[in-house]
Amino acid sequence: MTATGIGASVKRKEDYRFLTGQGSYTDDINRHGQVYAYILRSPHAHAEIAKIDTSAAESAPGVIAIFTGADYDKGGLPAGWQIHSKDGSPMIEPPHLPLCKDRVRHVGDQVALVIAETYAQAKDAAEQIDVTYKELPAIISTADADKPGKPQVWADAKNNTCFDWHLGDKAATDAAFAKAHHVTKIDLVNQRLVPNAMEPRAAVGDYDRATGEYTLYTTSQNPHVIRLLMGAFVLQIPEHKLRVVAPDVGGGFGSKIFHYAEEALVTWAAGKLRRPVKWTAERGESFLTDAQGRDHVSHAELAMDKDGKFLGLRVSTVANMGAYLSTFAPCVPTYLYATLLAGVYTTPAIYAEVKAVFTNTVVVDAYRGAGRPEATYLLERLVDKAAREMKMDRVEIRRKNFIPRDAFPYQTPVALQYDSGDYFATLEAALKASDWAGFESRRADAKKRGKLRGIGISTYIEACGIAPSAVVGSLGARAGLYECGSIRVHPTGSVTVFTGTHSHGQGHETTFSQLVSDTLGIPIENVEVSHGDTNKIPFGMGTYGSRSLAVGGSALVKAMDKIVAKAKRIAAHLMEASVADVEFKNGTFTVAGTDKNVPWGTVALTAYVPHNYPITELEPGLEETAFYDPLNFTYPGGCHICEVEVDPDTGVTQIVNFTAVDDIGRVINPMIVEGQVHGGVAQGIGQALLENCVYDEESGQLLTGSLMDYCMPRADDLPNFKVATQSTMCTHNPLGAKGVGEVGAIGSPPAVINAVLDALSPLGVEDISMPATPLKVWQAIHSASAKVAAE
Amino acid sequence: MPTVEMTVNGKRASAQVEGRTLLVQFLREKLGLTGTHIGCDTSQCGACVVHIDGRAVKSCTMLAVQANGASVMTIEGLANGEKLHPMQEAFRDNHGLQCGFCTPGMVMTAIDLVKNNPAPSEEEIRHGLEGNICRCTGYHNIVKAVKAGAAAMKG
Amino acid sequence: MHDFGYHRPASAADAAGLLAGKNEAKIVAGGMTLIPTLKQRLAQPSDLIDLGGIAELKGIKVESGGITIGAMTTHADVERSTDVRKTIPALAVLASGIGDPLVRNRGTMGGSVANSDPAADYPAAVLGLGATVRTNKREIKADDFFKGMFETALQDGEIITAIHFPKPEKAGYSKFANPASRYAIVGVFVARTSGGIRVAVTGAGPCAYRSKELEGALSANFTPDAVKAVKLSADGLNSDLHATAEYRAHLISVMASRAVAAAS
Repeated sequence: MTATGIGASVKRKEDYRFLTGQGSYTDDINRHGQVYAYILRSPHAHAEIAKIDTSAAESAPGVIAIFTGADYDKGGLPAGWQIHSKDGSPMIEPPHLPLCKDRVRHVGDQVALVIAETYAQAKDAAEQIDVTYKELPAIISTADADKPGKPQVWADAKNNTCFDWHLGDKAATDAAFAKAHHVTKIDLVNQRLVPNAMEPRAAVGDYDRATGEYTLYTTSQNPHVIRLLMGAFVLQIPEHKLRVVAPDVGGGFGSKIFHYAEEALVTWAAGKLRRPVKWTAERGESFLTDAQGRDHVSHAELAMDKDGKFLGLRVSTVANMGAYLSTFAPCVPTYLYATLLAGVYTTPAIYAEVKAVFTNTVVVDAYRGAGRPEATYLLERLVDKAAREMKMDRVEIRRKNFIPRDAFPYQTPVALQYDSGDYFATLEAALKASDWAGFESRRADAKKRGKLRGIGISTYIEACGIAPSAVVGSLGARAGLYECGSIRVHPTGSVTVFTGTHSHGQGHETTFSQLVSDTLGIPIENVEVSHGDTNKIPFGMGTYGSRSLAVGGSALVKAMDKIVAKAKRIAAHLMEASVADVEFKNGTFTVAGTDKNVPWGTVALTAYVPHNYPITELEPGLEETAFYDPLNFTYPGGCHICEVEVDPDTGVTQIVNFTAVDDIGRVINPMIVEGQVHGGVAQGIGQALLENCVYDEESGQLLTGSLMDYCMPRADDLPNFKVATQSTMCTHNPLGAKGVGEVGAIGSPPAVINAVLDALSPLGVEDISMPATPLKVWQAIHSASAKVAAE
Repeated sequence: MPTVEMTVNGKRASAQVEGRTLLVQFLREKLGLTGTHIGCDTSQCGACVVHIDGRAVKSCTMLAVQANGASVMTIEGLANGEKLHPMQEAFRDNHGLQCGFCTPGMVMTAIDLVKNNPAPSEEEIRHGLEGNICRCTGYHNIVKAVKAGAAAMKG
Repeated sequence: MHDFGYHRPASAADAAGLLAGKNEAKIVAGGMTLIPTLKQRLAQPSDLIDLGGIAELKGIKVESGGITIGAMTTHADVERSTDVRKTIPALAVLASGIGDPLVRNRGTMGGSVANSDPAADYPAAVLGLGATVRTNKREIKADDFFKGMFETALQDGEIITAIHFPKPEKAGYSKFANPASRYAIVGVFVARTSGGIRVAVTGAGPCAYRSKELEGALSANFTPDAVKAVKLSADGLNSDLHATAEYRAHLISVMASRAVAAAS
């Protein structure tokens, strides 16, 4: 391994600009003649728009235009995935217009677009728009949305049901339960979360009168996807007349995958007004409009034999979609959730039912982990409960049910085929790193200090590296999920890499540079990575689902294979040798068994200055593009162990140790990998202990609509993390990479909650929901001690 | 409209602003110093932290007119030419940033923290970063970076 | 936010004059509450009168054995003042836990006390230490100052100039912070003074108030256990997403016992 090669913790190339304030985020971009958009939003969760009077606002200072639903003449935002219900009927797909026409369906819905010379003027004018609403009752509760007699979000969606879907073999599962020695049952809520990337969403639309080309600068994880969705489905602008740029993006975590109304509105308005239009969300708007995450209510049952071997699993889940279908919403509680219910276990029969419901709330879509944290939380809570009921050791029941090392490739009963893994190895490494064996003495010490100490474990798997196109196509995806990469070798031998993935914190500029510099044997400074601009990058599907290295990196490997193949032919010509005899290593071409050699730079120059060149057989130039479509998902897995101390006086839970041992396949940059795990675990701990998106059940107002009430993890809420990798290689991509972006958020929440329950178990507390806030923990302690006192 | 005049990163800056113009808007929109970010609207996130007369403050919770006559330092003014400030260097060395959005505020706060407490413990660092939210890093490497930056600032 | 006229007087008298001359004027001290409020368009003053340029309102001095703090003194200055640390360490502890370091660099004692936010820290110290609030017109005893949620004894045109804190024999402060906003869910200031025990609670009611039950318990026995055992009624206490009234009632006893344990 070289100092900058694969496996080295190379310092990030992107950091200099971020550390000196030279990053270029969407709100930093200003176009000549730019005007500002403010969006007037619904104050009601559900209402008819009886009348909108914009006359006073139109004459307010600086106002250029005001548009309402009546003015908007283009299409609605499309859903990118179609699910079919059990009975074969397609999901209900309601219209999703960027400006509401006659009805608003959640607090924050777009009612009017106000454009003025300054943002303050647009906001001032919006106060003068007089909207007459006829308020309607709202439905908020996930659990109640499909009950008869509730307010209906959409007339077409009876009992607010979008789809009623299932997966697995019901008969086989029923049979497994029929022969069970014991059945453990659990009811769980996976609460709604707000992604809260630190950079609020923003969009600048521009229109070039001379060329008729539109440009959208936007905070997106996938500019090409936005170009396709907005161009083809919403505004009918063909790709060659639409450029989408996602510059530096300040975090996404899923929330910046989706195509949002504001992107379409600023682009549309820029065309109408012939002026660039900028919109930047205030944080309060982010809370009301960024797609939110999770929001499942589930019941699950696990059938076991007398030895605690899992025989069957039944799961029934209601998933909240919000008021509309966001871009990838339907696939999250289905193919990214139920397919993971085998976990790392050999459970032979699984049957899952998922009902998706509409409510008068902000849309729900993929948020870091997307479906897989929900599956993992359900399974790992259930397994812990099963161990307690079976009076078995928590670790032992897991070991007993793990998929054996030699069982790969392993076909689960819920559609997926795991290619590789070693759950015993990650478990043992985590047990050791966390000193699991020494826990009881730490518990006893804590007790002396008046603290309740607990330890919790989670052994998880996820499916990422999204995704084999034909497979997801057969499951309802309306897009392919390959990735595209281009390698442009310049005449002097330096290289520009073009990738269709997008970096918004993941450090692709460094990781991909390492990969390319290592493969081509050129200095890392001679490699530049370009991403995020549809006019520069041939194509791309973007970054989500921990796919960038496994899929995007593989596309680069394929492109480099083509580069090296062509370069060898040029080298063979220069060395007057047969191509078959040319070898390429450390940036030098040699002829096997001779001392003949040509350096990389000479071959590159020859490709562009083809004076001595096999011109009749080979085109000049050295630039190749490859598309890589994965053969399977990738399956990172591992073991997270959390140790907590609960203060019984206040209910405060402090995380005292957190250990994560993850199998993520090939590691290119360990420093970046650790950083990804830290961040994911922090978000998982956030879900377990702090974060909760709460609406008022009657009014539909978001009660946690700012950072004053929605509790983001801060430095003093979190511990240092012990992080390690213990990898098996992915067997079906050229890098062996599995992906690391989401593992932290997937594995950690059940480890934390299992630890809290372990801490509280001496008091007889058996259940606690996320987030386990001080209030909830105190109430659990309080009611348990009241129960003990009563007995 | 009032005119404000202040020293920003060692240079004199002056402009007409509305009374309601926030300092962060003045820096970003009038001076083009877009390294100072806006991450929230309730004074919680700290992406907008700058130094006013040597103290770290949230520039989203201060009017531009209130900074009249002050000396302002933003993230753009920290490095000495190409040479990064030791705290910037420490963030880079310790992978204390990912998306980079909270980073300017985090670095500005960290420098003020170390100024008041040249050898902070881990706990003091975590407490001292209470006004800065990062969604990417889980703070592990930020805490490491501040510790290393503190040591480097001592020289 | 809506636009307004901005004024930066050089003396408290000028500030009072400006305030008298404007109908809808508001005073801005550190601005840590007012500016976010204006940003949310929850207030629409015609004019802002910024006290930031008034030197006479800043500073900390030892006075009659206690401490007098100018209204425009920042929390950070209180936190770091050797005089405060020496004379009333609990006050420095309280100041060091307000908001976050950036808020403490701008936020002022006078602003916090004048605002009487139900979850602010300083009101607990003012009440707990039996301080005297000095204004441009008069002196107001702490026990007469806090009237309700965002309500004080201050009259129109009245500006806090300084607050005098007598030195207690012993005092301590302990706060249970809202995990999101970091405001006090419950904060308890306890003081043993020559005039008896004072216990002030913030975060739990409409404004800071004294707890007679806890004062009684500590008068009998100034120990952490003496207050921890007190079961307070939840009647009339605040209740929100983060803490029910019952939980707050419980936390008051716990924070009081911690404040006693920390008292010095």
